Amino acid sequence: MDSHSIIGTKNKKGQTYTDPYHLFFEAPRIPSFFTGSEVIKEAIRRASVDLMVAYPITPQSEAAALIGELYAEGYVTDYMRGENEFGVMSECAGGSFGGARVFTTTAGPGTMRAMENFPMWSGARLPIEMIVTCRGINSPLSIQPDTLEIYFLLETGMLVWHAETAQDFYDWILMGFMVAEQPDVHLPIAICCDGFFVTHTKDVVNLTPADMCLPPYDPYRSPVPCMDMECPPVRMMRDPFVMKSNYISYATHASWQQEIRAAVERSRKHTIPLLGGLIETENTDAEILIVSSGTAVSQGREAIRLLAEEGLRVGLVKIKSLRPWPYNEIREATKSAKYIFVPEFNVAGWMAREIKATVPDSDRVIAGPHVAGGMTMPPEVIVEHIQRTLGKSVATLAGRGS
Amino acid sequence: MNQQYGQYSVRPGPEAFLPPAAASMGVVLPDPGQAHINGRIVPEEEAFEEAARMFLGGTVPTIFPGPLVLWAWNEKAKKKAKAIKFLYDTLKECAPQDAKPMLIPMPDYRPKYPKINPEVEINPNHPNLTIWHNKIDVCMFVGVHCHQANLSLKIIRGGTNCYTIAMCAQAGHEDACLSFRDASAEKIMHLAEWVKKLKGVVPFGAIKKHVAALETQDRAGGTRN
Repeated sequence: MDSHSIIGTKNKKGQTYTDPYHLFFEAPRIPSFFTGSEVIKEAIRRASVDLMVAYPITPQSEAAALIGELYAEGYVTDYMRGENEFGVMSECAGGSFGGARVFTTTAGPGTMRAMENFPMWSGARLPIEMIVTCRGINSPLSIQPDTLEIYFLLETGMLVWHAETAQDFYDWILMGFMVAEQPDVHLPIAICCDGFFVTHTKDVVNLTPADMCLPPYDPYRSPVPCMDMECPPVRMMRDPFVMKSNYISYATHASWQQEIRAAVERSRKHTIPLLGGLIETENTDAEILIVSSGTAVSQGREAIRLLAEEGLRVGLVKIKSLRPWPYNEIREATKSAKYIFVPEFNVAGWMAREIKATVPDSDRVIAGPHVAGGMTMPPEVIVEHIQRTLGKSVATLAGRGS
Repeated sequence: MNQQYGQYSVRPGPEAFLPPAAASMGVVLPDPGQAHINGRIVPEEEAFEEAARMFLGGTVPTIFPGPLVLWAWNEKAKKKAKAIKFLYDTLKECAPQDAKPMLIPMPDYRPKYPKINPEVEINPNHPNLTIWHNKIDVCMFVGVHCHQANLSLKIIRGGTNCYTIAMCAQAGHEDACLSFRDASAEKIMHLAEWVKKLKGVVPFGAIKKHVAALETQDRAGGTRN
């Protein structure tokens, strides 16, 4: 099947299969006031999804339940409930092996429980799209945003994008399928957002018309054969050829892993035109930069406004894609900076470590401020962090909650 | 994340114990109408000529057709299979007298136990490093699923001095020394035309000199040790 040949025809819901570039960049947009969860539903309505698998853990975002409504309405071909998160991700694999466009949502401890599946997905070249509405992963549990789980996903071989806003989220859910399913990429994709801040709050989002949808997935362009119990990758799971003790078997496994990383690299070519680059920048000629991803960027923008009122000029780098990592783009954007601040919604500071490993003179990178476990990050905290680093005397915000 | 390296040249090995994937070294795939030679993007026509020269300059030029063209699963596959047979016949007809063109099928990717027979086939999951006792000095993959092709092409580059060509129906292969994209029966036939056109022009075994020149060039450019 050539998916381009059905452009302009209608699906069973009367939606027109639309050229993705037309859908993303030319079709009219309708301003709508939705929560992030509702935005996920609206994106999936237009995504020609064959299979959604959900595990109804509580607490949760509403997204999985809302997509159940789409199934009832006939926009999603099949909808299954997993026994648990591991089961969900395994069922997703089965659907994708069979040639379906598969979507699921996850967050926090559920993501961790399902973790074994993610490198399996990428190793098997399954272009499953997974939404990660980030929340805390450690005890005591939290339903509030904490981006530590993203760090665990970075070396799974998945593509990982981190949305700042509900608008990013809407667009990237649709675009993600188009990048992940390219035959030279063909990898799973995690589209992450900061849970609660994005999923549970309302924002104006410009939606594409509901009567237009993505062309369907074409499994015949897959870089591996469709599910076949005799051939790798399925064969290797039931009878691992890679466990044969000889050089060539090990070399094959190593090359297999390299090929997954290579496919991540190839996704740049497809991602950059759709996302408008892997990063977004403002005033990178400033001596001070804030560099981050997700809602930390939004807080950074407000901190920049507050600092400007005090006469301090600060630039911004918003990182949209974490895998592939915008290595060259970050080096270029930060080349003039004397101070690179990295605010993060986690205690580990993994983003700062990634940036330190990327830029020359990494002493310029100042990790923080950090908040976690659902704390907000008031812009004033970022301002305070920057001013203290610059040696300015500032009043602490610590007493604000009393 | 290897964008810090200079232009990486994809050429015959033996390259390394575990050579890198060319995509991770900054080599990008060609756009429609283009191909790549040694990782350098070129107009497709230039690659047809180069591929024909490599075939004719090899001592054992070999075509490895994969399952996408060996099984008659659609009309395009049948047409491609016929085109490949035509290319092979053309190669036999046009190659220098001492050359030994071969056609070795890769019918599926099932692991073979206890080992595959490299006299008969190669298998991307067990690509025997000798690929026919390391006498194949130029080969072309066609109809091999992209993932399996990349694995084999990279391992062959790592362990042998074979010049690899990919006739890919999708986006192409950085791990081949030369790669076409959007392969069709017509493109395979066009390659056969180039082989005919260059009959008698390329001396037997010329590929050895070509590979040696590439090595010198790379060393001078500092892209390889």
